[in-house]
Amino acid sequence: MRATGCLGVPTLHKLPSVFMVAALLGLLPLLHSHGLQPNPMLASEAPHHYPAVVRGNEPGDFTSAPPGISEEIHPLSKHSSNHTGNGHSKPEKAFPVLGIDYTRIRIPFEISLWILLACLMKLGFHVIPSVSNIVPESCLLIVVGLLVGGLIKGVGESPPILNSEIFFLFLLPPIILDAGYFLPLRQFMENLGTILIFAVVGTLWNAFFLGGLMYAVCQIGGTGLNHIGLLANLLFGSIISAVDPVAVLAVFEEIHINELLHILVFGESLLNDAVTVVLYHLFEEFANNEQVTIIDILLGFISFFVVSLGGVFIGIIYGIVAAFTSRFTSHIRVIEPLFVFLYSYMAYLSAELFHLSGIMALIAAGVVMRPYVEANISHKSHTTIKYFLKMWSSVSETLIFIFLGVSTVAGKHYWNWTFVISTLLFCLIARVLGVLGLTWFINKFRIVKLTPKDQFIIAYGGLRGAIAFSLCYLLDYSHFNMRDMFLTAIITVIFFTVFVQGMTIRPLVDLLAVKKKQETKRSINEEIHTQFLDHLLTGIEDICGHYGHHHWKDKLNRFNKKYVKKCLIAGERSKEPQLIAFYHKMEMKQAIELVESGGIGKIPSAVSTVSMQNIHPKTLPVERILPALSKDKEEEIRKILRNNLQKTRQRLRSYNRHTLVADPYEEAWNQMLLRRQKVRQLEKKMNNYLTVPAHKVDSPTMSRARIGSDPLAYEPKPDSENLPIITIDPASPQSPESVDLVNEEMKGMSRLPPSPEEDEEGLVMRVKEPSSPGTDDVFTPGTSDSPSNQRMLRCLSDPGPRPEPEEGEPFIPKGQ
Amino acid sequence: FLSLFLLLVTSEQIEHLHRRFKQLSGDQPTIRKEHFDNIPDLEFNPIRSKIVHAFFDKRNLRQESDGLADEINFEDFLTIMSYFRPIEMNMDEEQLDHFRKEKLKFLFHMYDSDHDGKITLQEYRNVVEELLSGNPHLEKESARSIADGAMMEAASICVGQMEPDQVYEGITFEDFLKIWQGIDIETKMHVRFLNMETIAQCH
Repeated sequence: MRATGCLGVPTLHKLPSVFMVAALLGLLPLLHSHGLQPNPMLASEAPHHYPAVVRGNEPGDFTSAPPGISEEIHPLSKHSSNHTGNGHSKPEKAFPVLGIDYTRIRIPFEISLWILLACLMKLGFHVIPSVSNIVPESCLLIVVGLLVGGLIKGVGESPPILNSEIFFLFLLPPIILDAGYFLPLRQFMENLGTILIFAVVGTLWNAFFLGGLMYAVCQIGGTGLNHIGLLANLLFGSIISAVDPVAVLAVFEEIHINELLHILVFGESLLNDAVTVVLYHLFEEFANNEQVTIIDILLGFISFFVVSLGGVFIGIIYGIVAAFTSRFTSHIRVIEPLFVFLYSYMAYLSAELFHLSGIMALIAAGVVMRPYVEANISHKSHTTIKYFLKMWSSVSETLIFIFLGVSTVAGKHYWNWTFVISTLLFCLIARVLGVLGLTWFINKFRIVKLTPKDQFIIAYGGLRGAIAFSLCYLLDYSHFNMRDMFLTAIITVIFFTVFVQGMTIRPLVDLLAVKKKQETKRSINEEIHTQFLDHLLTGIEDICGHYGHHHWKDKLNRFNKKYVKKCLIAGERSKEPQLIAFYHKMEMKQAIELVESGGIGKIPSAVSTVSMQNIHPKTLPVERILPALSKDKEEEIRKILRNNLQKTRQRLRSYNRHTLVADPYEEAWNQMLLRRQKVRQLEKKMNNYLTVPAHKVDSPTMSRARIGSDPLAYEPKPDSENLPIITIDPASPQSPESVDLVNEEMKGMSRLPPSPEEDEEGLVMRVKEPSSPGTDDVFTPGTSDSPSNQRMLRCLSDPGPRPEPEEGEPFIPKGQ
Repeated sequence: FLSLFLLLVTSEQIEHLHRRFKQLSGDQPTIRKEHFDNIPDLEFNPIRSKIVHAFFDKRNLRQESDGLADEINFEDFLTIMSYFRPIEMNMDEEQLDHFRKEKLKFLFHMYDSDHDGKITLQEYRNVVEELLSGNPHLEKESARSIADGAMMEAASICVGQMEPDQVYEGITFEDFLKIWQGIDIETKMHVRFLNMETIAQCH
């Protein structure tokens, strides 16, 4: 599951359980108030509203709106107007200072309470690490759901069942969007054939095999199941045969399996939605008919293509529109994430509108819009999107599992030993046979064959989940009076797969020594090599005259670059080649990492001392070529650095929800940047050292950041009038620490003996030793003249937040 | 060597390649560099010159001498193609290692254009410039700084800590192997010979 931080404090671990109990207890009186008089004020008014409010003990669908609430508003207003009006014959009451009006807020309150319960559960599990290591979170949540359901039932109320509409419209989309937006596209595409075969053929095989066998079992006399026809069984088979993405995600995220297997099982669970939708609707329709003709089967076949391709098509359209919209959002950055969410959700709903595959639409939309949207939106929006998606999908997942537990307690069950046990057995057998057979077929075409270990994991990872449950719940009771039995069987299978398979897959993965996910950091070398290899293979394919995989990929990339990117990406970034974009992304990441690590006080320990000098010794005046960062990127990096390191000094003049007013210090910075550009020529005379932390590219941005953020470089000189006065705000608790930490960092990296003299100078001038080991200076002066050094230093450093009129003055260090 | 190669690919594939060879060479027994100009799709490839160069590189052709050949015959053509054959299931550790090294050596020769056995900073810069050559408006500086950064990263991977007066000459083949450790080239660097039915025959 998405890992949340572990509290780890022993005393605090009791708190979540206290919250839990409080939440549970809180539920009881609220549910009890079902029957209470909601508002004493209305007692005198029309009493006929109340029966509408009191819904009694219906096995109510969760959150179906009580019809009485809207009507209450009217009597209330009527009442008050009457009261103030012509003095109806009412007894005079004292003005109620405090009143209880529960029914008004009932629905949002209950929803919030359930979500809060879900979140507290997650919190509780991570505080007790021993349990969550053995049992996957999904199991724990189902158990909690069972407990809550039991509790509610024990009180005498009827617990809510997972309403299918709520599930399909509100709980499922965030999970799928999260999966689709962050889908590792390269692996997905490489294995697309395999995934499709598993998803389509595998699911079909499962459905028919299971349905057929169950029919045979039903026909066996003595079990009392004779009345279930073939079509009903096939319907049942199609519902239960689909691998569930929610369950797969929940379990596989925790075991960190290698990417290939992860994408195979997960991709299968996503793409089989189309098959499930078609089969479900097909058999549901046919179950009412007497006969199934060839035409019907043919129509079913066609509808499969319509459903899947139509869903993808809708997703692509919405994705393109979203990308296009994001091109113009540069002035309203705040609502950028909202566009992503809304367009994706609309794609889902539009697909559901036409009975197409909503999941595939959502995935297609996320995949299509992502590269363009990410090029257009600001870094903050990107972070927002990422975290909101993770948050929503996490909460959704938790709620789904809890409700599965509650629904198990709440629903009406009909246990039939034969049916349930045979369902379970045949499900497993069908899955194993299907995987084995398909892998044998697929391995003929794959370069990287699937080993038996892989096959085992794929078979074992075929978990069923809430989608099957909800689909079954949607069945019309009048047509399928064995629905309860189906539900029971489905719940049993779900429980089995989630509990038994979910719990045992982790030790099995360790036992079988399956390859785990490698935590590789993406380096610039890898990127260069990967691109080189791509071009090489494309070239070889062209020489062979063989229009293969690489050829088409290259054609698509060229088309993308030439036409699509120009439309969908704003400004200069449309022409940015991938390598440059990657380089900038890495610089940004490292700038942020530096800032964050500086804040906590971690000093990068394994600092490599490789510098330009080491690789290019021949030309003494080595040029420190700064890659041309676009203005936007510089702005963003600068903003991030400033926000973090000089938090106390930021003063936003005005803040309203609609615009974030630009910093008043922008002007100063811009001027400084201009000056810096003029000074670049001077750099040619200087020896530049650059230290590269291990596996990291230390960019000039970083060095600038380090230098710029060291307040000690600017000593306040009260005796000189024409010096910029930059003081450290002593009132703020943060700045002294950040000063110390940053200074520590510099000291550590430059390995300077901490002498008071150097302290005062900061990293200003080191005219004597141009080659002290591992010096962190970006600009150690060689034989060049001091004034230019000074100017350079001044220009390249942050003048500080307070714009001083004397900013243009040269800064004379103490030693000089 | 040809017999060894014949064991690894089917005769059908060799026939296809032979047909293609004859197409490129205009029914002559050897191919020269100019013949590669006839391939239209190759025009868009940014590293076109390096690829063509690789075909004539004597080191790739497993010849003892060094330098560039003027023309190659079909056997040489097949030799080059053999670097791109896919991995097989029944390879043991040693074979796998050899397989991998072969492919990486091919790549190494492509980077190392002056044949001195190591990839210098200038050669690396050249590679990055070529990769970015499809974008004419780009400044030269960007390419160079990326190459510089990559070189430094490579140096820190291969050598680790370095004193300022130490000089890192260039990426040797051993260093190259180290850099490529994380990437499984044996599965990536191949062309699907199996699908030869889809060859576009441009008569």
